[in-house]
Amino acid sequence: MKKYFSFFKLRFSMGLQYRTAAFAGIATQFVWGSMEILMFRAFYEADASAFPMTLQATCSYVWMQQAFLALFMAWFMENEIFDSIVDGNISYELCRPINVYDMWFARSTANRFSRAILRCFPVLIFSAFLPAPFGIMAPVSVSAFVWFLITLILGALVTIAFCMLVYMTCFFTVSSLGVRMVAVSVVEFFQGGVIPIPFFPEKLQKVMELLPFASMQNVALRIYSGDLAGVQMKKAIILQVFWLVVLVAIGKGINRLAMKKIVIQGG
Amino acid sequence: MIEMSHVSKTYKVSKRDAGAVSALKSIFHREYEQVHALKDVSFTIQDGEMVGYIGPNGAGKSSTIKILSGILTPDEGTCLINGLNPWKDRIRHVKEIGVVFGQRSQLWWDVPVIDSYELLKDIYRIPKSVYEQNKDELTELLNLGELLRTPARQLSLGQRMRCEIAASLLHSPKILFLDEPTIGLDAVSKLAVREFILNHNKKHKTTVILTTHDMQDIEALTERIILIGKGQILLDGTIDDIKNGNENMDEALAALYQKYEI
Repeated sequence: MKKYFSFFKLRFSMGLQYRTAAFAGIATQFVWGSMEILMFRAFYEADASAFPMTLQATCSYVWMQQAFLALFMAWFMENEIFDSIVDGNISYELCRPINVYDMWFARSTANRFSRAILRCFPVLIFSAFLPAPFGIMAPVSVSAFVWFLITLILGALVTIAFCMLVYMTCFFTVSSLGVRMVAVSVVEFFQGGVIPIPFFPEKLQKVMELLPFASMQNVALRIYSGDLAGVQMKKAIILQVFWLVVLVAIGKGINRLAMKKIVIQGG
Repeated sequence: MIEMSHVSKTYKVSKRDAGAVSALKSIFHREYEQVHALKDVSFTIQDGEMVGYIGPNGAGKSSTIKILSGILTPDEGTCLINGLNPWKDRIRHVKEIGVVFGQRSQLWWDVPVIDSYELLKDIYRIPKSVYEQNKDELTELLNLGELLRTPARQLSLGQRMRCEIAASLLHSPKILFLDEPTIGLDAVSKLAVREFILNHNKKHKTTVILTTHDMQDIEALTERIILIGKGQILLDGTIDDIKNGNENMDEALAALYQKYEI
């Protein structure tokens, strides 16, 4: 375990050193979040009763999403991993007494959390000072906040486990571009990245909530805004754990298969 | 001890003619060609030996190194390294070996070299005292000093290669694979690397397997030479066997390549 933790540590401290990138990211997230909220405001002004969440809850959802973007966005994949598979640098990683899947998992976790920690506070602080209903609201209760933190981490792990599958397919195809593009758009749409899942038609929503993508950001963000509580919340958390286990199991299976038939090309 | 017996490996290589028409055709029908990278390769290397593994490009050198380091599974044949099968007991096997691929890097690009070393220490679970001792020894012999505090991306090739070699020896491996370690290095760096390898082998009795195109590397370092061509072992002997009365090593080797038509 210690070696994977050191891996985590090194990647984490590496992630913290890219200050300019973080600054640019934060600026983008402010603009993006503001634009989304302006758009929602226009809709709510037309007919607020037509929406499943209050404007305040939706605004909180948007700001939280922007603050923790790095944890959940599928396009935050690590190019270094793809490169190492494509250019064969992975040879070195195979010469180490480690499991490639576990190592990359540790690495992606570190990468996402270091970016999120570097970027979340300015967004959170700024949006806390915005006038209601446009700012971020205080959590509904202490217990909701604790559940929010737990599901935030679970959701990030589900996202990482899913991205691991994309890395693993790269062992079997020469270029990862196609798989990546499809995976990224599917995740974005079905995890509630474009609009929150409660905004979808009811029938579609029921199916979507069972998919692994709903176990990513959807659960944590809705618990924070009070949209998800009680039995519904517990169900959602169990589903998160279920998908995490299933995705990791599939990923490890593919990893074993890949290790058997891997061929590093070139001299 | 390394024992490799009757190892074969075949790759599937896709082929097509030039031009758009054949590119279109290849959408529906792919032609593959079987390339025999290794054909019935056998050899034994004793502990503490220093062996030069040479042959023209595409002869199967890298494939052999990959099999020995557990990265590649051969189609046929067996291989035992200190009693372990490298591809089946990969994790246990790789703890005992160090590898340097001259054309790749194992150092983390954006952080000081020392951070990569600390990570290796945890990956190989090197005890702190052993790690410190090895690090100090390697720092002194390879003249690393200030380099350790520099990010790997800002090192010159010669500096980086010295750091790479040190990285692969931190866990005191019993066997060291060097795949073209002097490629692209200037004269001074080459000499430094050679001298270091020679001393390390003498002092620690590390088995060294070296692939290179630089015949001076071979002359400076190895007693025994294995020549491979078209996937087969053509010669297993000493430098004098290769030289065969010729003064110049490169010419002698070229003559051999011609003789075997490789």
